[in-house]
Amino acid sequence: MRRCRTCGPSSCNADSVTAASNILERRDRRRGWVMVTPALGFAALFFVAPLVTMAVVSTWTKVGAATVRAWDLSNYAAFFARPHFVEALVNSLQITAIVTVVSVLLAYPFAWILAMRVPARWQRLAILLAILPFWTSYVVRSYAWLLVLSRGGVVNTALMGLGLIDAPLEMSATRFATVTGFVHFFVMLLTLTIYASLKQLPPNYARAAADLGAGPVRTFWHVVLPLTLPGVMVGAFLTFVLCIGDYVTPQILGGNNELVLPQVIMLQLGRRSDLPMAGALSIMLMAVVTLAYLLCARWLRDRPA
Amino acid sequence: MTIRLAATTALALAALPAAAAEELNALLWCDHADPDFLAPFEEANDVRVNVKEYEGTGAALAILEQSQPGDWDVISIDGIDVPRAHAAGILAPLDRANLPLDAMPEAVRLMEQQEIDGELYGVTDKYGFNTISFDASRVDAAALQDMTALWSGDLGARMAVYDYYLPIIGMVALGVGIDTADISMENLPRIREALFALKDEAEQVGEVVSSQTALATGEVDVLVGGGEWITAGLSADIPTLDWIIPEQGGVFWSISMGIVAGTERPELAQAFVDYTMSPEGQAALATAECFWAMPANPAAGALLSDQEKQALRWDDQEAYLARSQLYPAPDAELDAALQDLWTEFLQR
Repeated sequence: MRRCRTCGPSSCNADSVTAASNILERRDRRRGWVMVTPALGFAALFFVAPLVTMAVVSTWTKVGAATVRAWDLSNYAAFFARPHFVEALVNSLQITAIVTVVSVLLAYPFAWILAMRVPARWQRLAILLAILPFWTSYVVRSYAWLLVLSRGGVVNTALMGLGLIDAPLEMSATRFATVTGFVHFFVMLLTLTIYASLKQLPPNYARAAADLGAGPVRTFWHVVLPLTLPGVMVGAFLTFVLCIGDYVTPQILGGNNELVLPQVIMLQLGRRSDLPMAGALSIMLMAVVTLAYLLCARWLRDRPA
Repeated sequence: MTIRLAATTALALAALPAAAAEELNALLWCDHADPDFLAPFEEANDVRVNVKEYEGTGAALAILEQSQPGDWDVISIDGIDVPRAHAAGILAPLDRANLPLDAMPEAVRLMEQQEIDGELYGVTDKYGFNTISFDASRVDAAALQDMTALWSGDLGARMAVYDYYLPIIGMVALGVGIDTADISMENLPRIREALFALKDEAEQVGEVVSSQTALATGEVDVLVGGGEWITAGLSADIPTLDWIIPEQGGVFWSISMGIVAGTERPELAQAFVDYTMSPEGQAALATAECFWAMPANPAAGALLSDQEKQALRWDDQEAYLARSQLYPAPDAELDAALQDLWTEFLQR
């Protein structure tokens, strides 16, 4: 055993242990940084740098065919000055809100049936069937809905064949068509997130509630639903983010009868090659998404455990 | 086992298409991306044509603005926008040695736009008219003779509008008595009023595929901004589809082929332009899958069937050209105003 020259054995041992612990801690920290560096580099290169670039470009202005690379907030001022830009944001928020609410209302019972009523051996097959729409191209699916909802489409033909309507309903090229296309996609996404929450719920909770005299409805309302709400919120947030940023579905199914913000952004890019204005509109869209995230995160943080 | 693996690998490799010696990067309208049009050129020159489809000059300019010199070799662009593209330094001069310029109708050549300072920067390869397509089984052609019927509210037909601001604003201008060349900030309010009235009557506004689908499926009876480029390709299946140039006239459109400045393959790019203008290239382009329209080189007629020429209304072109006006060619300020107007139109 080595003798310590400047101190007694006990204090020397304590110092050695502390020093060794510090070395290990530093090594762990260094190893941790080495491990996360690729991810940080990836995020910096493909997320932070493009975002900063977009924010900088949004402060430039397009004058005629030339881009003036000087700090100017006129694009942001133009957003509030032009009613059709604000209308596009309002349309985006309205459509996204409707899609999110309708998707949650449809997905929850679907996920509940999958998790609670479908026998375990059939659940994988049921989930596979549930995600079948994801296998089709998004664009093709939207055009398919256009044909289904058209005047001579399946829905109108069936309703008229059954004698329920005399004339075809106006469904394609409307907000209804856009919402339908979105809901078809997002119900499946939400079903998966809610299903995962329901499967994580220990069955004992429902049994305990029943032992205490709660009926099925009360058990669901006071036990199952509150405990699966975080999963619902995460799914709803994903729906919100993907829906508000989508361009394809409103473009194909909406018939250009009302514009959402991504369509207006595309008009700046595709027709005007106005990158600064497109950047400013994208920052506005991102601000809305960030606000939604903060609200969602706050709700998840503040709700009772 | 090893032999079987080697044989399988050899067969798999043999099944792969042979790699082309060169590549040509092309920024094209959808009809120019038709494999039937591109394949003969690719085979003859042992080249692979990489296509990026776009719609509208603004989109092309945005793509080029984000590209490096040499990224693109050839471009198909609205004939009327050749001067704008030249001013932006996008186009390189063409070699006219193999181009059938003398054979092309004068109104189609658009030399005033394509020739700048004695150099040729674009050559018209396809043309047609933005006017009114309709289903004759549901709408009487006589009701469409007066263009103002489109926004008067008396037509009683379901309408779609082609989603491209220049031809539609040009048509509406003609309808209210303004020549496309005279559109200005001063007379824009008159156009705006009629344009918004048109939107109130329309069921939808869509790009090429949506517009064709709407008319073909009976979703709408009339397509404002349509023409032979919408109906010709569908006429074999739906013979009741027709088009008309109303009393006030129609808007003449043309697509030009050009070489992108800074290309690293100028000879190959020129060869592609020459092929595009050859009778074979022109015939394939005229009947391209995305949309049919008249080839600029009349020599293509020898390679088209009578039925195809009938669908294109081959023999009536001179009369149509006489009754049409060029796309509006606004300056930057007016163009911004027209685009704002179009965004309002869509949002209405």
